[in-house]
Amino acid sequence: MPGLKIDTSLCIGCGLCVSACPQGALEMEQGVAVEKEGCILCSICVQTCPVGAICIEKEEVLHEKVQAHGIWVVAQLLPSGSVHPVTLELIGQACQLAEDCRGELAVLLAGAQDLQAQSELLIHAGAPKVFRCQSPSYLQGLETPYCDWISSMIAQHQPEMVLVGATDWGRALAPRVAARVRTGLTADCTVLQVDPETKLLLQTRPAFGGNLMATIICPHHRPQMATVRPGIFPLPELLSNRVGEVVECNPPLGVFDQVQLLSRQHAVAGRTLADAEVLLVAGRGIGSQKNLKLLQELAEALGADWGVSRPLVDAGWADYRYQVGQTGSTVAPRVLISFGVSGAIQHLAGMGRSECIVAVNQDATAPIFSVAHYGIVADCIDIIKEWLNQCKGTK
Amino acid sequence: MNIAVCVKQVPSSNEVRMDPVTKTMIRDGKQAVMNPYDRFAVELALQMKDRLGGRIVVFSMGIPAASRILKEALSCGANEAVLLSDRAFAGADTLATSYALHLGIRKVEERSGRFDVILCGRMAIDGDTAQIGPELAEHLGVVPITDVAELLEAETDRLVCVRTADGERQEVAATYPVLLTVHKDINQPRLPHIEGVLWAETAPLQVWSAQEVGADLSRCGLTGSPTQVVRTQVPEREQACQMWQGGAAELASRLHGLLKGEE
Repeated sequence: MPGLKIDTSLCIGCGLCVSACPQGALEMEQGVAVEKEGCILCSICVQTCPVGAICIEKEEVLHEKVQAHGIWVVAQLLPSGSVHPVTLELIGQACQLAEDCRGELAVLLAGAQDLQAQSELLIHAGAPKVFRCQSPSYLQGLETPYCDWISSMIAQHQPEMVLVGATDWGRALAPRVAARVRTGLTADCTVLQVDPETKLLLQTRPAFGGNLMATIICPHHRPQMATVRPGIFPLPELLSNRVGEVVECNPPLGVFDQVQLLSRQHAVAGRTLADAEVLLVAGRGIGSQKNLKLLQELAEALGADWGVSRPLVDAGWADYRYQVGQTGSTVAPRVLISFGVSGAIQHLAGMGRSECIVAVNQDATAPIFSVAHYGIVADCIDIIKEWLNQCKGTK
Repeated sequence: MNIAVCVKQVPSSNEVRMDPVTKTMIRDGKQAVMNPYDRFAVELALQMKDRLGGRIVVFSMGIPAASRILKEALSCGANEAVLLSDRAFAGADTLATSYALHLGIRKVEERSGRFDVILCGRMAIDGDTAQIGPELAEHLGVVPITDVAELLEAETDRLVCVRTADGERQEVAATYPVLLTVHKDINQPRLPHIEGVLWAETAPLQVWSAQEVGADLSRCGLTGSPTQVVRTQVPEREQACQMWQGGAAELASRLHGLLKGEE
């Protein structure tokens, strides 16, 4: 059985692995790290150890060498029938990967309508080959018939890699395909490279809300599958003189009526924190509910929105809809000013895409400063009161 | 109604920080909690049971200490809990995890009949993959509906729910068995009541090993995981934080200037 192995002759007793272990499964004993109960082999300690004293011993499993060829991109169609931009982004990136691993690129395109225009667009974007499948099964856009077709195509053609856009649709579809063909899948990648030596796909994705980047490989199973975040790779140039082959495929045979789409419409959400242009955020350092009122007054005076970090919601000072963070709202304002927010990783995950971040906190070592563009080490209440006074003075 | 819910133990949200100097994670306290998304799945199961009657079995794969989150679900009103716990499950990626969970579910189904509805949180906050639900559905041979934001109707043979995906609101109907992954704002999870907490201490909580669920060890844990993490790193910062000095009045007017586009 695989297990953690700590080479005590290499261990320098720095304790980094002990503080990094999410399970609390490591302890320091007589100056070296030792494994206690609860290890789940997550490998964070292996990555953390500065001297390479920790490794995970794996069982030697013989994997059959799979003959696999080509890189596939799964096309997504919007409800209007046009091609989702992420599909074109993936084609652009896959062209590069195909060059690096000397594979052939192909796109899987399925839909209920005539797909001629879409096929041409994919070819103009750089796809030399399009597998096309037209069937009324795809009318509702639900994933099951796509899953059936793509899985059977994979079984038939054995591609080396399959890339899917990490839209909600793609993230619902790809794991089903991966489980069906029993291969690995890396979610929401932001960097894709081919290892020059092994020719393996290096799939890099943000972990822990973007505060850590993890690079993942799928060495023995094929295809190597990844969902890829939209908007990361540039759109390829569309060249109408590019030519490609279109291969018509038989539609899946199943009956897909267990799940029925009754209606679909654009979600018309009310205004939320996600729409905020300027956002003031209060954290634990705000101290009291009374002080939070001051922040709300300031926000009103500035025409800004306000939000809070999770402890304030837990304390009952603010409603859940004002919570900024991984389990609250993900925000991306032009300017975000945080007051007394220490910056737990889950909070940072929800606000990291803000254009300009200013942090006001008394603790100069607070993690919030590691993501802020501008920092002020001060009592946030003083700043709020002073700013509020200035606002009132100018009225 | 036979309802299964899958839950995961994750590091407590307030305890995880990055050390700015060593660039490693600091986790003081080592507190573990139920994945917040899974709490909404448990609550949805409880609401379905309140309305239609039936039975809820909660599943988790994890270390023995994960029985704590299962007891939490029991104290809120779940009937039974199963913890899949074995060294052989350690180091599992989503494919190996969903494989193990499916074996636990199958074993309960052999004893007490098919689950009508299987519920999962949309994703876990420590992994962010959102893959367990759809992969589990595939192992079980049921259809998943992901990103469920609202349950409109639930009857003994079918349900209608709202799915929010890619900026669309879709009303979807499904017959059983079906697997749903739920969004965070689908409901307000209840707190355990005192009788529940007392009951949970003696409630049926079974711990099953890989062998007890008949697992193929080559599909479990690290050995059965196609994906491997080869490297983790802290992303490069484009620029360091610029610190502002000065008195409160000066700083406040500088902030005001920033909003006006003066920095």
